[in-house]
Amino acid sequence: MRIPCPHCGSRGHDEFAYYGDAAPQRPDPAAADAERAFCEYVYLRDNPAGVHRELWYHAHGCQSWLIVERDTRSHAIGRVLDARARLDGAP
Amino acid sequence: MTAAGNSRQSARLASGGLIDRGRPLRFSFDGRSYTGYAGDTLASALVANEVRLVGRSFKYHRPRGLLSAGAEEPNALVELRGGARREPNTPATVAELFDGLEAVSQNRWPSLRHDWLAAGRVLAPVLAAGFYYKTFMWPAPFWEKVYEPLIRRAAGLGRIATGPDPDGYEKAFAFCDVLVIGSGPAGLMAALAAGRAGARVLLVEEDFRFGGRALAERRAIGDRPCHGWAAAVAAELEALPNVRLMCRTTVFGSYDHGVFGALERVNDHVPVPPEYEPRQRLWRIVSRQCVLAAGAIERPLLFGNNDLPGVMLAGAARTYANRYAALAGRRVVVFTDNDDAWSTAADLTAAGASIAAVVDARATTPAGAAPDVHRVTGAVRRALGGRALQAVEIETERGALLRVECDLLAMSGGWTPTLHLSSHQGARPRFDEQRAAFVPAQLPAGMRVAGAANGERTTAEALAAGARAGVAAAEALGLGARAPAIPAVEAETSAQQPLWRVAGAKGKVFVDFQNDVAASDVELAEREGFRSVEHMKRYTTLGMATDQGKTANVNGLALLAARAGQTIGRTGITTFRPPYAPVAIGALAGPHRGKDFRPLRLPPAHGWAVEQGAVFVETGPWLRAQYFPRPGEPDWLAAVIREVTTVRSAVGVCDVSTLGKIDLQGADAAEFLDRLYVNGWKTLAVGRARYGLMLREDGIVMDDGTVSRLADCRYLVTTTTANAGSVYQHMQFCHQVLWPELDVQFVSVSDQWAQFSIAGPHARDLLRAVVDPRHDLSNDAFPYLAAGAVGLADGTAARLFRISFSGELAYELAVPARAGERTVRALMAAGARFGVTAYGLEALGAMRIEKGHVAGNELNGQTTAHDLGLGRMLSTKKDYIGAVMARRSGLVDPARPRLVGFVPVDRGQRLGAGAHFVAPGAAAKAANDQGFMTSAAFSPTLGHWVGLGLLVDGPQRVGERVLAVDPLRGRSTAVEVCDPVFVDAPGERLRV
Repeated sequence: MRIPCPHCGSRGHDEFAYYGDAAPQRPDPAAADAERAFCEYVYLRDNPAGVHRELWYHAHGCQSWLIVERDTRSHAIGRVLDARARLDGAP
Repeated sequence: MTAAGNSRQSARLASGGLIDRGRPLRFSFDGRSYTGYAGDTLASALVANEVRLVGRSFKYHRPRGLLSAGAEEPNALVELRGGARREPNTPATVAELFDGLEAVSQNRWPSLRHDWLAAGRVLAPVLAAGFYYKTFMWPAPFWEKVYEPLIRRAAGLGRIATGPDPDGYEKAFAFCDVLVIGSGPAGLMAALAAGRAGARVLLVEEDFRFGGRALAERRAIGDRPCHGWAAAVAAELEALPNVRLMCRTTVFGSYDHGVFGALERVNDHVPVPPEYEPRQRLWRIVSRQCVLAAGAIERPLLFGNNDLPGVMLAGAARTYANRYAALAGRRVVVFTDNDDAWSTAADLTAAGASIAAVVDARATTPAGAAPDVHRVTGAVRRALGGRALQAVEIETERGALLRVECDLLAMSGGWTPTLHLSSHQGARPRFDEQRAAFVPAQLPAGMRVAGAANGERTTAEALAAGARAGVAAAEALGLGARAPAIPAVEAETSAQQPLWRVAGAKGKVFVDFQNDVAASDVELAEREGFRSVEHMKRYTTLGMATDQGKTANVNGLALLAARAGQTIGRTGITTFRPPYAPVAIGALAGPHRGKDFRPLRLPPAHGWAVEQGAVFVETGPWLRAQYFPRPGEPDWLAAVIREVTTVRSAVGVCDVSTLGKIDLQGADAAEFLDRLYVNGWKTLAVGRARYGLMLREDGIVMDDGTVSRLADCRYLVTTTTANAGSVYQHMQFCHQVLWPELDVQFVSVSDQWAQFSIAGPHARDLLRAVVDPRHDLSNDAFPYLAAGAVGLADGTAARLFRISFSGELAYELAVPARAGERTVRALMAAGARFGVTAYGLEALGAMRIEKGHVAGNELNGQTTAHDLGLGRMLSTKKDYIGAVMARRSGLVDPARPRLVGFVPVDRGQRLGAGAHFVAPGAAAKAANDQGFMTSAAFSPTLGHWVGLGLLVDGPQRVGERVLAVDPLRGRSTAVEVCDPVFVDAPGERLRV
């Protein structure tokens, strides 16, 4: 599989480390239901057959964390962005 | 003429063929010597020498001859080479002939001609498909002791060599704009179109010459013989600077995003690879566009005894005559259901054979066929002969029976497109009823298929389709392309009326020749309920041999379809997976073998350690000094005892360069550290170090280390050796994904600094001789946990950290990596008058265990801060990674095993890590498990073994005795629970 790193160009997937779903947001540790929210954050994941926004780390390249849109059925890669510029516009 | 030939090349035509008669080559087959020519394969040379019998079939040991002239060959599998290079299961049809080639047939004993194992054929009715599911069941114990070993010995084809492979293998990457797979008419045209348009083209060909079927046919392309046209195009491509040609290379797999795997047989065609050259090279090809022009493979027809030596595919028979000037038979019957095989009749006639009959299942005759040929409308019911074909029995359309004598039956059941590479990523081909062939349907992005691989069977179609595909590929890349002029070719017809099975066949009808699967087996599978193609495949093993059913799959599923009463398209085809052809494990390993399996990393002072006679140990990728034996020391333990004793009484030096080091800077650096570690950092003063503990988000301990504040906004973070990479990745995750708003930046400097531990009562004295005297190293000026930049007496800019893993007065001195070796020599020289010793990992480990410090054995991915007795470090005033989940009831449960120390009740006994604790008298089983020993070492300071471990309620049970059971080492030791700090519990020695 080739992943188009925005800094380095198209590179083989073995230059990257895979993290998983980019959607979960780290919960507020001060909230009342923090323990339950953190358990979901750490353990529960959706597993879609289709486009998946996921985090990859360019370990053997620029060391950027990237948000990659990958279709889990075909491995087709859509948009690839720096995690620092999140797709949903959240800070 | 015997089945073993005559060594005189009696079947070699006087002229013609793409062989070099000026270069005769000697080779042997089954111990007999023969001659061939450069340009021959082993198979074509055997044909030229009239060697008919080349193998014995897998299950029934039936005599077999050559079926084909290509990589799809199921019968003629030979062992090549000898000794450690011996390689089984090579099709003779792909083995390029070289002088001195030695080949041996397989799967027969004692000889090919007289194979005693053929006597097993009386068991044939019992050995039908799936027999091992229904037999060999009684008596039950016999399976493991008698049946299975016997079956195992009888199974398999060739023998592998034992012993290390003396050859080397390489791996390489190639990048191109357009990858063209196959160099037949379609591939050559595609490469030409794309190459002339300026694309970077990679043309890959499996054969040792370019041209594909243009090398095997007796036709004209343009005004030249087809092989001449192919040579001219190859020459033009060779001259184009943007085109690269690779022959002897099989593309075996198609992967995501235009990535392909290919195997180049660099030196399979010579007896021994030249020095420094690899035997084979594994390529990873990254392409932007691809043209698949891999051609097609002919199918056998299904009639009785269709596996007799002398029964051959029609295309192969004319390949031997046209390309290799070798006549596979003198009195020929052609049996076909399509127009294509009629060329064989014409070509063999031109080569001097006599055509006894052309048996066509259809009533039509293609235009251009010789008018005087003896034509029969009907089908061959069976082939007759013992070890070789002698005659065929034909049933005409009127039902009459004819017996025709012949020594070669050239059969054709049509051609199957070689579309595997278009389907490796899951797309299924569709069955084209009109072409009676599976053709690619949905294609991977960027791939086009042209020529016979796409069902485009005639030369004219292939040339045009190849040109179109090459143009389209170039245009898809934004290059302007014009199709090359399509040369004129004679008219060809490709009509077919598939005869999937001869109705009146008598005798065993083979479908998969290599796995000995007959039509009756396919029918048996269907009767027994294995009706899907995937079930039929596994039940009968059709298509599961080394040839992966290249000549069998479609015939097999046509039979299945007929029995099920549905169309072939509906029945479907089994999933295609890489590799298309076998790939040696050696090629997949490449240079990563033995010591080169992964790169070895050497710390900066490695050279010095070697000089000191260190014994090394692999720690991950690192080679680290384990201990430094001196003459007279009987074993490693004696060396370690001396090292520890010397450190605790004088001074020692240890290379700790492999620890992870991260330089962290920024206005928010302390805040960032606060969020990463369980303890707080905002009170850490400049010039001070502090021990830190890091959790995973699920509350489990991840790593520990020290953080030193070098300046207002600059910190030096250290990690354990094993976690240097993962902690750095974790920090990047926190910075880039979780808290990008924090003003920090950091970089790994693990490789940039060499670091040495100087430990012992004389550590300060030693350092004073090495560090620039302007630095005050007194206890007041540089107390325990001080840290900062220092200059060495020789001018080196260094950093000094007063931290102690050993529990003695100790420092760690960091210098730029390139100064590592000279610095350690300076330290050793300065320490000589104090009796300095170098010490290694064993002594380092023994001392930290004596001090109850946790390390990798305790940070095992299952322990919490509370488990390790570090619960007091957990800040309650701030959030940090893991804070919330570390509070889960299951992780704070006081009944969890907790860290304590252990000593053997009988002080003379050994302790071993991994032993589990049970109450005295309790049975050693999981229900009574109370924890386990995490670390153990001989304590030179105490004079006996000590251990650290996790024990249920450990801290409350100090003084109690438990049993440490160690089934793996076969011992059980009574131990006493104690405090984990065995030496200097108040910690006075490190504060002097």
